Amino acid sequence: MQAFTVLTGIAAPMPQANIDTDKIIPARFLKSIERSGFGKNLFANYRYMPDGSENPDFVLNQEPYRKAEVLIAFENFGCGSSREHAPWALLDFGIRCVIAPDFADIFHNNSFKNGVLPVKLPRAVCEQLMEDSRMGENARITVDLEREVVVRPNGEEIPFKIDPLRRHLMLNGLDDIGQTMQHVSAIDSYEAKQRAAQPWLNR
Amino acid sequence: MSGQKPRTLFDKIWDAHVVETLPDGTALLYIDLHLTHEVTTPQAYAGLRAAGRGVRRPDLTLAVVDHNIATDASRYTGIVDPESRLQVETLEKNVVEFGVPYIPLLSERQGIVHVIGPELGRSLPGMTIVCGDSHTATHGAMGALAFGIGTSEVEHVLATQTLLQKPAKNMRVWVEGTLPVGCSAKDITLAIIGKIGTAGGTGHVIEYAGDAIRGLDMAGRMTLCNMAIEGGARAGMVAPDEKTFEYVANTPDGPKGAALDAAIAYWKTLPSDEGAHFDKEVRLRAEEIAPQVTWGTSPEDVLPITASVPDPAEAPNEVRRAQMQRMLDYMGLEAGQKLQDVKVDVVFIGSCTNSRIEDMRAAAAIAKGRQVAPGVRALVVPGSGLVKKQAEAEGLDVVLREAGFEWREPSCSMCLGMNPDKLTPGQRCASTSNRNFEGRQGPGGRTHLVSPAMAAAAALAGHLADVREYQPKESV
Repeated sequence: MQAFTVLTGIAAPMPQANIDTDKIIPARFLKSIERSGFGKNLFANYRYMPDGSENPDFVLNQEPYRKAEVLIAFENFGCGSSREHAPWALLDFGIRCVIAPDFADIFHNNSFKNGVLPVKLPRAVCEQLMEDSRMGENARITVDLEREVVVRPNGEEIPFKIDPLRRHLMLNGLDDIGQTMQHVSAIDSYEAKQRAAQPWLNR
Repeated sequence: MSGQKPRTLFDKIWDAHVVETLPDGTALLYIDLHLTHEVTTPQAYAGLRAAGRGVRRPDLTLAVVDHNIATDASRYTGIVDPESRLQVETLEKNVVEFGVPYIPLLSERQGIVHVIGPELGRSLPGMTIVCGDSHTATHGAMGALAFGIGTSEVEHVLATQTLLQKPAKNMRVWVEGTLPVGCSAKDITLAIIGKIGTAGGTGHVIEYAGDAIRGLDMAGRMTLCNMAIEGGARAGMVAPDEKTFEYVANTPDGPKGAALDAAIAYWKTLPSDEGAHFDKEVRLRAEEIAPQVTWGTSPEDVLPITASVPDPAEAPNEVRRAQMQRMLDYMGLEAGQKLQDVKVDVVFIGSCTNSRIEDMRAAAAIAKGRQVAPGVRALVVPGSGLVKKQAEAEGLDVVLREAGFEWREPSCSMCLGMNPDKLTPGQRCASTSNRNFEGRQGPGGRTHLVSPAMAAAAALAGHLADVREYQPKESV
């Protein structure tokens, strides 16, 4: 996983609640067996017209948002399916951070595993950032995971909080399987105990 | 244990599966059953291969194909779509390489992963169950803690049989009273989402309680828990009871004899203790639930079938007004239009929400002796080969075919637009699936979520219809 420390980039406004994973990446594009290549189909149903041409009204088809690295959205971002293809598609497009008032649980989990940082900030703050993100080339914000602050274009700093373990893994780009493998003897003893107590669980 | 703090069903299962608690409170949680399918596993197996890791407990892992599968006879001659075929073939290679038990496409046990887990007796009370699919919540109906995970977590479970998890909060949804005629578990679950909203359960595990829940059969409880995720919850659960034990006893692969007796003795200790703490409680009266139908593009936008399409002008704020207008534009609906006047092009009865034998019976009971309206395409897709076999033994396929329904092969089918069963742009569907998101059933497709009986009624009427006006004919 790519580490996430400090990011300064263009923020794109998506002023909607309940942006679900079928919007982020429709199911018909989940047939790849790779982790990459999903970026071209990010928000496909909105980004492209039925004939495959670009929809000029969609924010990510407009300059400077074609190179957006941050998305600003409203409540319940990433609701719906457990597909990790959603953060894969965001990442593949170049979006490393989503800021919203809250996130659906599975999307929130999946993002951390892929170096896409979900930042929860109150609705009123997201509305301010939404306005900032409409400033085109000036819609540059900084997301600093080290210091846990978002810096608005006007320099104002907004603090946020990330779970310490997740922050540690993300700052260092660590794979958590390796971390869990350090506890393998505890897993062995749990299995031995469970095998004795609940034999019907073992086949 | 005397003196111990009263615990919820969730607390008990959680506590019994904590292998270790890390300094920051994250638990290393043991997973008893890992269900897998073709869509969310290829990258996980690739990750294992790249790191030189194996599958720790293949015996606690089960693989099946469901999402990509066509529901016509092409399953017998080979998958047509090259990408779908590659995904299925990749799974077939991976299960051999990693020694994971696999139910092949042509086995009669093949079916939707959330149908076959309980049906085969693999999903049991008290278990932790995960799958790379959000509707894993379904298995909570067994009195298990079951939740969906992403592909990185699939890889983590394959490698370690554990997950790193923070405990969820406890939420209890009470449904008391008698469910009216024409209503089912689907109407309960839609009514709950209508009340709590699609983020109402975020961060929580929902325990469904009350006599209307106790009164549901196991299939109904699965429908209920299946859509816990649409209420934003991590999982949904129903405490195990005599119905659960009897269900398990009749499964092909569940514990038998002394092992079952020992298991039941343990399962009886699982229901929430008197006085256990819930962070949030919600109450509904079953009598107040009417047959439900969604009108918008989020499962929370649901109304009784007798209602009219809501007016954005009456929205409480500007954000909601704009959202409602967008939904009406997408859905091709007018404010004030009666829901029962909304014509449908397609009816889909199936999906992990509603494709069990009980759902097939509910649809057939309404369809019997009647005809699908001209111009409506109506698909019935059993959730597994075993459901299909049972339905055919009962003659339900004949009843449905005679009424003009298509009787198809088990798959996720038209729930998610990933296999050949898709809506075309602008087509409108009364569907027993779980998500009415924009484009969910195919780009531009319009979805109205309903129960199997309501879907059957819509097929007969040619428009969204009140199933109470289509009650089963006495003798046909």
